[in-house]
Amino acid sequence: MEPRSRSFYVLVVFFGLFVLFLYGPIFTIGVLSFQGPNGGLTFPMNGVSTYWFHDLFEQQAVGDIWGSLRRSFVLGLMVMVITLVVSVMGGLAFRNKFRGSSVLFYLVIISLTIPSILVSLGVGLIFNIVDLEVHWTTSGLGSQLTWTLPFGLLIMFAVFNRFDKSYEEAARDLGATPWQTVRHVVLPIIAPSLIGVALFGFTLSYDEFARTLLTAGSDNTLPLEIFGMTTNVTSPVLYALGTLTTVFSFFVIGTFLLIAVLLRRRQTGAGTDAGKGMV
Amino acid sequence: MNNTISPEKTSWMLVSPLAFILGLFLVLPILIIIMVSFWDYNEYNFFPAFISENYDYLLTSKVTLDTYLKTFKFMILVWFFCTFIGFTVAYFLAFHVRTLPMQIALFLLCTIPFWTSNIIRMISWIPFLGRNGIANSTLISAGIIDQPLEWLLFSDFAVVLAFVHLFSLFMVVPVFNTMMRIDKSLIEAARDAGASGFQILTNVIIPLSKPGIMIGSIFVVTLVMGDFITVRFMSGGQSTSVGRVISNEIGLLQYPAAAASAVVLLITVLIMITIMMRFVDIRKEL
Repeated sequence: MEPRSRSFYVLVVFFGLFVLFLYGPIFTIGVLSFQGPNGGLTFPMNGVSTYWFHDLFEQQAVGDIWGSLRRSFVLGLMVMVITLVVSVMGGLAFRNKFRGSSVLFYLVIISLTIPSILVSLGVGLIFNIVDLEVHWTTSGLGSQLTWTLPFGLLIMFAVFNRFDKSYEEAARDLGATPWQTVRHVVLPIIAPSLIGVALFGFTLSYDEFARTLLTAGSDNTLPLEIFGMTTNVTSPVLYALGTLTTVFSFFVIGTFLLIAVLLRRRQTGAGTDAGKGMV
Repeated sequence: MNNTISPEKTSWMLVSPLAFILGLFLVLPILIIIMVSFWDYNEYNFFPAFISENYDYLLTSKVTLDTYLKTFKFMILVWFFCTFIGFTVAYFLAFHVRTLPMQIALFLLCTIPFWTSNIIRMISWIPFLGRNGIANSTLISAGIIDQPLEWLLFSDFAVVLAFVHLFSLFMVVPVFNTMMRIDKSLIEAARDAGASGFQILTNVIIPLSKPGIMIGSIFVVTLVMGDFITVRFMSGGQSTSVGRVISNEIGLLQYPAAAASAVVLLITVLIMITIMMRFVDIRKEL
């Protein structure tokens, strides 16, 4: 290997600063959430305690943190499953050209890039006009899907762009029906990527704010609850909640990545390099 | 094949759930917004009508122009910093990190915050930028300033900083993806032909990374244009943007006015996307 150039070290420093920029603030509130009972929102630490975490478990003066956490979790799972199924079906469909495919593709791009407040407003208006009550399981779910489905579908495009069709042809030559080909050949090969789609589906829903704002109804999801807290809570309990849900996010991300790694390892262990395309 | 269903019909069946969801929660809402933008309203209610006053007011008001200029200012600044940071980070990952596992690990390190809450990532700037925050106390103890800087938090500076913090990942990921597809032999060829490192960067890598930069730009530009929450939170309610105007009108239950603002914003964003999509074939780049 050739020796590292000077620009390499400059870039290492730049990258290090970028990582610090990404993680520094969240790490800071992680530390500050262990403020003593009389501590404030900034340094210095006024003692070290888990007071604010205990405070979270007390009856809150405002809102319903645990209810919103539960709703966000359930909604995340619902969005995840629907995103996964619909994206895989869509990904399979888009491998062939069909009439309307480019219109639908542009709709997906619009869904991704449309200002979120328009989805919130539009869905809210529909429910208002037909006199239905907005609820996180109906209007909230639908609005979030307009955000997660484009990501799921774009990932599936990326996956199928790298997919070696000769495996399918082989299955077909051996007499497999189209369904058998998908079930026993295509799905097992793309399985690790499906974990990625699921990760996007869950986390993007769990953290979604703008599209849920006018569509969640009277029961808040967690991000809505946290945002509500920012206007009237000025104690480190806000940080404690932030730390807790970020740790939870890290846990979810870690679990998904671990599953993806294990699936991929099992594939390579089984003696095939199928689906081992770049990330 | 022994099945009788044509491939086109199979595709239609497979995309029908997608089409259904987008039809119900994307197309229909847009149509409803367009419809309501012509409706009338009073303090308590909004009702069917066909008036153009919502647009007349919107399109002749100086406030609209100022708001758009302000939003464009945010957009250009955020785009510039995100592109610079995103390109540099992606360049480092793709061309200076030598092993694939290391590349993947560092890439994941950059993308993990994307899957955590934006609201909390905004809140997390408070201890840094506040009046008694880390930035001010560091600068004071270093003797650079003797009064705390008031413009760090709840200012346009804070808005741009938070935007860059939240959205730079949207630039890193597509640019990295594009760079990883650049044939390394092109760079060797350039080097053999006597190009310096800087020339390779400007003549080979930057031109070939353009599709990724374009995809990242589409994300960054549309996210900033439509934002209302970052501007509200990070400016402490003092700054404005197009999204915030809409959100305020919704707060005042002036739905037809909000709808008209939303239509104008949507048209603006669609024009920008259409222009940017001309430079990149997204499906090919994935």
